[in-house]
Amino acid sequence: MSLSNRHLLGLNGVPIEDIQLILDTATTFREVLERPIKKVPTLQGKTIVNLFFEDSTRTRISFELAQKRLSADTVNSTSSSSVKKGETFKDTVRNIEAMKVDMIIVRHKSAGVPQYLTRISKANIINAGDGLHEHPTQGLLDMYSIKERLGRLEGLNVCIVGDVAHSRVALSNIYGLKTMGAKVSVCAPATMIPMGIESLGVKIYTNIDEAIKRNDVLNILRIQLERNAGTRIPSLREYHNYFGITSERIEKNNKEILILHPGPINRGVEISSEVADGPYQVILDQVTNGVAVRMAVLYLLGTMH
Amino acid sequence: MKTILKQVTILNPEQKLNQKNDLLIEDGIIIRIGNLKESDFKSAEVLDFENKYCVPGLFDMHVHLREPGREDEETIVTGSNAAAAGGFTGIACMPNTNPDIDSAEIVRFIKEKAKNHLVDVYPVAAATLSRKGEALSPMFELFEAGAVAFSDDGVAIKNAEMLRNVLEYSKNFGTPVIEHCEDESMADGVMNEGFISTSLGLPGIPNVAEDLIVMRDIMLSEFTGGKVHIAHISSKNSVELVRQAKKRGINVTAEVAPHHFTLTDESLKSYNTNYKMNPPLRSRADVDAIVAGLKDGTIDCIASDHAPHAIEEKEMEFIYAPNGIIGLETQFGLVMSELVNKKHLSLSQAIEKLSINPRKILNLPVPEIKEGETANLTIIDPDLIWTVDIAKFKSKAKNSPFDKRLLTGKSVAVINNKKIYYESKFRSI
Repeated sequence: MSLSNRHLLGLNGVPIEDIQLILDTATTFREVLERPIKKVPTLQGKTIVNLFFEDSTRTRISFELAQKRLSADTVNSTSSSSVKKGETFKDTVRNIEAMKVDMIIVRHKSAGVPQYLTRISKANIINAGDGLHEHPTQGLLDMYSIKERLGRLEGLNVCIVGDVAHSRVALSNIYGLKTMGAKVSVCAPATMIPMGIESLGVKIYTNIDEAIKRNDVLNILRIQLERNAGTRIPSLREYHNYFGITSERIEKNNKEILILHPGPINRGVEISSEVADGPYQVILDQVTNGVAVRMAVLYLLGTMH
Repeated sequence: MKTILKQVTILNPEQKLNQKNDLLIEDGIIIRIGNLKESDFKSAEVLDFENKYCVPGLFDMHVHLREPGREDEETIVTGSNAAAAGGFTGIACMPNTNPDIDSAEIVRFIKEKAKNHLVDVYPVAAATLSRKGEALSPMFELFEAGAVAFSDDGVAIKNAEMLRNVLEYSKNFGTPVIEHCEDESMADGVMNEGFISTSLGLPGIPNVAEDLIVMRDIMLSEFTGGKVHIAHISSKNSVELVRQAKKRGINVTAEVAPHHFTLTDESLKSYNTNYKMNPPLRSRADVDAIVAGLKDGTIDCIASDHAPHAIEEKEMEFIYAPNGIIGLETQFGLVMSELVNKKHLSLSQAIEKLSINPRKILNLPVPEIKEGETANLTIIDPDLIWTVDIAKFKSKAKNSPFDKRLLTGKSVAVINNKKIYYESKFRSI
C-alpha cells in the first residue's frame, strides 16, 4: 500500500484510502512511542529539511522528533521570508535543493508556497502550514485523536469553533473530516466566518450552546491576537462570554462532547482552564498523536518509489 | 516615398466608413483612397492587405511605462515598441512612476523621450502631489506641459474632499479624473474575496471595496460637474452603478482591462503570481456583467493596465508578489477572441472601444481616414490565429498569464508619425 501523491500539500482532494492508510500507519507508530527505545531505522540515510519561514514551536518540534525517531538526518532552518533578505524565494529553495535533500517540510505566511515548491524542487514536500490555507498534518492528527477516542469518524458531527477565517487548521479539518464521512460545521461571530464557506458543505452556527448541543466533537481554534483578531471582536472578554467553552456550557448542553484544541491555548478566552484540564478534552493526546501521525506521513512519503 | 495599402477594408465607425479600397500614403499623409491604376502601383511599395482591415490607430489609455524610476522593468521606448507590436499608435501613461508624474518637468521628460517614436505617448499626471491625496498637484502647469488627464492611480484619491477639489479644479481644462476605485480600508487582500479565496487561504478584496468608491466618485461627479473616468472596472455592481449614472446624465465613463472579461478567480488555483492583479480577477457573474456592460455601452473603452514587473519580483511568494500584468501585446487578440468572435461586440464596436472612445474621453482628436489627413492607422487581420509567446514580446517584462494561449485576431501593421511598424520592424513611410 502506498499513497497516491508524493507530496502532502493539503487534505483537499486527498482520497479516503490515503487518509485511512496514514491513520492506520500512525497507529503502528503510536505504539513505538510507548516503547523504552522510541526509534526505528526506517528513514536512515534520508535527508529532511524543516524550512520554517514563520514561528512555530510545537509543529517544528513534533516534525523534528518524528524525523529523529525514524532515523532520518534533519536540518532546521527558521528564517524570515526571503523577500526581506533581498533574495528571491526561488533562489532560496534552489540553494537548499543544491545540497541534495530528500524531503522539505515547509511553513510559510503565504498560502501556496508548498505548491510553488513542488514546481521548483524535486524533494517530497510536506505542508506544515501555509498562510490561511491548510495544515494537513494537524487535520490528520485531529482525526486520529477523534477516532482514538470515539472509535470512528463516519457519521460524527464535528464543529470548528473560533476564528475560522484566519485559521489554516479549519480547512484541513473540513476537507479531511468530510472525506471520512463526518458532518462538519463552524461556529463563530460572523466576522470570523470566511465568505463562501457554506459552499464547502459546512453548516454555520452563531450560537455556541446550539453548537455544543448538536455536535459530538468541538475543535476549538485559538483566538489569534497576533492576527489582528481585535478588529473582528470587541474584546477577549466578550468573546469568552459568548463563545468561550466552559464547564457550565458543556454540562448544560452536552456531557458527551469531546473537546479538541490545536494549541497553543488561551486559557480564559476560547476555553476555560477547567475545560482545558478537564475530562472532556484530549488536548495533550493530540500532541502525542501528532508525532505518530507525522511519523506515518514521513514514512509513507519517504519510502515511496 | 509612396506606399500603397492594396485592397484593404477601410473601417471607421466614426466616419461611417466600411469599404474596400486601395490607400496611397506619401510622406505619412493619406494621398488617395480609391481603386488605383496599374501605373500607380509601379512607383510605390505595395503592401497587399486583402482581407485585412484598416482602422484609425488603436489607443490604450491605461499603460504603466515605469520610466522614470524602474527602467529595469520597462522604458518609454520599450513600452512604446510593445504598443506598436500590439497595434496601438497612441497610449496614455499613468503617473505612478518614481518620481511620480506630478511636476511639469516629468511631463516634459516623458514627452521628450517619446518624441520621434511611431507611438504617441500622452502622460496622465498625478492629481495630488506624490499621489498622497494631501495637496493638489500643479494641475494648470501639468496640463500646459501636456498632461491629458489626472489620476492617483495605484490608489483612489484619498478622500471625498480632495476628490471634490480635483474635480472642480480640473473643470478649468475639461480633463477627466481617472480613478482607481478601491476603498483603502478594505484593500488588504491579494485576490477577489469569495469562495475561491476562502478555499485557497488567501486574504480577499471584496467587490464592495470597488463599488463604494465608484459610488462616491459618481456622486461627486454629479455634485461638481467634473468628469470622472472609472479605470479597470471589475465588479458587477460597479457596472450597474455606472449604467444608472449614465442614464441620469452624469459625466462618467469607464474602461475595462482584457483580463477582467477573459479570466475569473478560478485561475488563482495554481497560485501563479501572473494572475495577481489589482483589481483582482473576479467571479463569473462579474465577468458576465462586464460583457453586458461592454455590449450596451456602459463601459466605453478597453485599456490594458499594462503593468510590467521584473521576473524576480513575480517569482516571490504569492502574498509578496506585486500586482499587475503586461497587456499591450495581447489586448487586441483578447478583444477579438473573447468579444468579437463570441459575438458580444461587432468589429466596429470593438474599434470604438479601442480607438475612438479613449481619445474622446481624453479630448484628443480621432484620426480620420481621408485624403489629406496624416496616416494614423492600424491594419488588423481579424482571422489570424496565433500563439502568444512571451519570448517574442517587445515589452521588457514577461509577466503575462496569457503565454502559450491561442488567440484569433492580430494587428499586422501600424502607421503613424511618418513611420510604419510592419513585420517586426520600424521604418519610414
